[in-house]
Amino acid sequence: MYDGDAIRPAYEKLDQWVKNTPPEVLLQKKKEAEALFRRIGITFAVYGEGGDTERLIPFDMMPRVFTEPEWRKLERGVKQRARALNAFLHDVYHRGEIIRAGIIPADLVYRNEAYENAVVGIDPPAGVYSHIVGIDLVRTGPGEFFVLEDNCRTPSGVSYMLENREIMMRMFPELFRTARIAPVDNYPNLLRRTLASVAPRKTEGDPVSVLLSPGSFNSAYYEHSFLADQMGIELVEGQDLFVKGDFVYMRTTQGPQKVDVIYRRIDDSFIDPLCFRPDSMLGVPGLMNVYRSGGVAIASAPGAGVADDKAVYIYVPEMIRFYLGEQPILNNVQTYKCADPDDCKYVLENLKDLVVKEVHGSGGYGMLVGPRSTAEEVSNYADRIRAKPEEFIAQPTLALSTCPTFVDEGIAPRHVDLRPYCLVGKEVHLAPGGLTRVALTEGSLVVNSSQGGGVKDTWVLAD
Amino acid sequence: MLSRTAENLFWIGRYMERSETMARLLEVGYRMSLMPSTGAGNRNEWESLVVAAGSSAGFRDKYGSGEVKQRDVESWMFFDRDNGSSIISCLENARQNGRAVRTALTTSMWDALNSAYLELRELERTPRSELALPELCDWTKRQSALFRGETEGTHLQNDGYDFYNLGAYIERGDNTARILDVKYYILLPTTDTVGGGVDTYQWSTLLRSLSVFRSFHWSYGSEYSPRKITDFLIFNRACPRSLLFSANRVGLHLDRLSAAYGSESPACRNLQKMLTELSTTTLDHVIEEGLHEFLTRFINDNATLGQSVADSYLFGVQ
Repeated sequence: MYDGDAIRPAYEKLDQWVKNTPPEVLLQKKKEAEALFRRIGITFAVYGEGGDTERLIPFDMMPRVFTEPEWRKLERGVKQRARALNAFLHDVYHRGEIIRAGIIPADLVYRNEAYENAVVGIDPPAGVYSHIVGIDLVRTGPGEFFVLEDNCRTPSGVSYMLENREIMMRMFPELFRTARIAPVDNYPNLLRRTLASVAPRKTEGDPVSVLLSPGSFNSAYYEHSFLADQMGIELVEGQDLFVKGDFVYMRTTQGPQKVDVIYRRIDDSFIDPLCFRPDSMLGVPGLMNVYRSGGVAIASAPGAGVADDKAVYIYVPEMIRFYLGEQPILNNVQTYKCADPDDCKYVLENLKDLVVKEVHGSGGYGMLVGPRSTAEEVSNYADRIRAKPEEFIAQPTLALSTCPTFVDEGIAPRHVDLRPYCLVGKEVHLAPGGLTRVALTEGSLVVNSSQGGGVKDTWVLAD
Repeated sequence: MLSRTAENLFWIGRYMERSETMARLLEVGYRMSLMPSTGAGNRNEWESLVVAAGSSAGFRDKYGSGEVKQRDVESWMFFDRDNGSSIISCLENARQNGRAVRTALTTSMWDALNSAYLELRELERTPRSELALPELCDWTKRQSALFRGETEGTHLQNDGYDFYNLGAYIERGDNTARILDVKYYILLPTTDTVGGGVDTYQWSTLLRSLSVFRSFHWSYGSEYSPRKITDFLIFNRACPRSLLFSANRVGLHLDRLSAAYGSESPACRNLQKMLTELSTTTLDHVIEEGLHEFLTRFINDNATLGQSVADSYLFGVQ
């Protein structure tokens, strides 16, 4: 918010508003917001703990603000990255040019857990594998962004982008009257069109899209139902779908109805018990056969996960140069592969200054934040790295952007990251906003909701 | 519409209606227990409630075979999750069904279900000594009324609306039959004799608990008699809780589905059989057969009807 002592222009209006609003009013508003979330039922589930299984993500009322020029740069960068990742996916399931060119090691791709032999050689409609790409970013200075990780499978959180905005507009209409904030509510519409645009060639008439969810016990179930509702498509579970002949159908009260596009929010390994995990109750037996013969489109395509692996991440700038012939607009964070003996040595010597992550981990679990750990934690973690170096990567801690945030003591800076959502179909779109996650503990760099992180509304100010 | 969605709507209808019945049954028990003495040699009124609610085996397993106490019955029928028909189970199941089909509910309907659930969690945390039974019963009936109101006021009157109502009216028929059966358990031998003060009070309690006390007067004048009340709750077309009314409503929604889908389901034949019987039977036949026997037969036929609705629409016939 502040640039030295001066207020960044983007935050001027907000600053005035905070100064003019009595603290007790702000506190009251905060309570109202929480009650609204609870009543609407915007909750997420926490696994493996007793007690209340439906929790609220803490919502912070101070929005994160981008100026339009800043956002335009970010938008170009995200779209560029999404195109490159899709080109990479198409390549590794076809000729593997990037591997033949010696840019990415073959083992990293073909022996990757997320690589699906079952989809080699298939041509998905429009050549798209990852239809919704979530890129996790941090800002380190004016117009300077670093990508923390890519999410090519089924990035979640977009419902917060939409609902946070809804709640902000309900509570602070006066802010929206004075500042010109780019609307995000077109996202569900764009998503529906993106899905329709990748319907199989065999589709007759308007394509029927569905959202395939693991069911109401899944932690992101609210988001599944919200998106299906906003798009006006059916929210289905595996048991609602079945395969007959060359197509997939859903069971309805009037008999079977053909399905053309499945936006799935379940993992690859659960999609089809005949092809992947035989114990999956969530999937649809025979689905992969229909997919292979072009009877149905699946978004994101099975096997898309190989592009968002933390070890593959290192090569994304190379992908951009290789497939698009462009210079990367967004930076990658310097990453050390512990599998590499030199890197590993450096990591072990500098653990105090690094963030170490498990290659296949997610959700902020199992990571080491060097500067904020005790000597004992660091030494224990070092033992784990020595035992299995190939399972870890390390990155320097960045001078992460902070953003004003309501905390018990008032308004204070807290670290934030941003996940914008890029839609890839016949066209590529990016909604002007995203999910801003905030680490609510002072000094903390971990923003994951499972680790005490919160969310904020994200504003792009029109010029 | 997805078969699973239809099934969830059907069960929301059933669970919300059932929660209301459980509240009404508890109210009957409460009012009856305020009477100085019930018919000698007959069963304790609290016990009869548990029997009428169809959960006496579970209750006995939990609370033993001794005298049935009000507090235990309250716990069992309101707060106990081991009892699948307790008010807490009904409301939680209704909400869980609603959550599974959020896209098929309007926001107002969801809001009603979810608010009931949140308030229930509050009630659970409140010391029992601060919760009076009549208030708990009123609260429950209000939640059910609120949800029904939101459904009527905001939901499209499409097939989803029909499935919700099929659940609600099949359940209501079942429930009225069960409440009427409570009477049988308490005053077994006196169905066709006009009883004394206590007896009359108990019969009128049935009317009060179904919130049709005044309606009865409008339809039959001021004198109660067991005959009139039985007739009212079984055969009266205008009484919204009578067996005939419930069956007629089920028919209405089955007909609407047949028209919308362009074909009749086997459930229509089952219903026709029930309607024929209800319209040709007279009160004298019922008394001759025995009220309990008649009601038991109705409850079974009604269950068969529910099954045929499920077979026709809810299981996704390929």
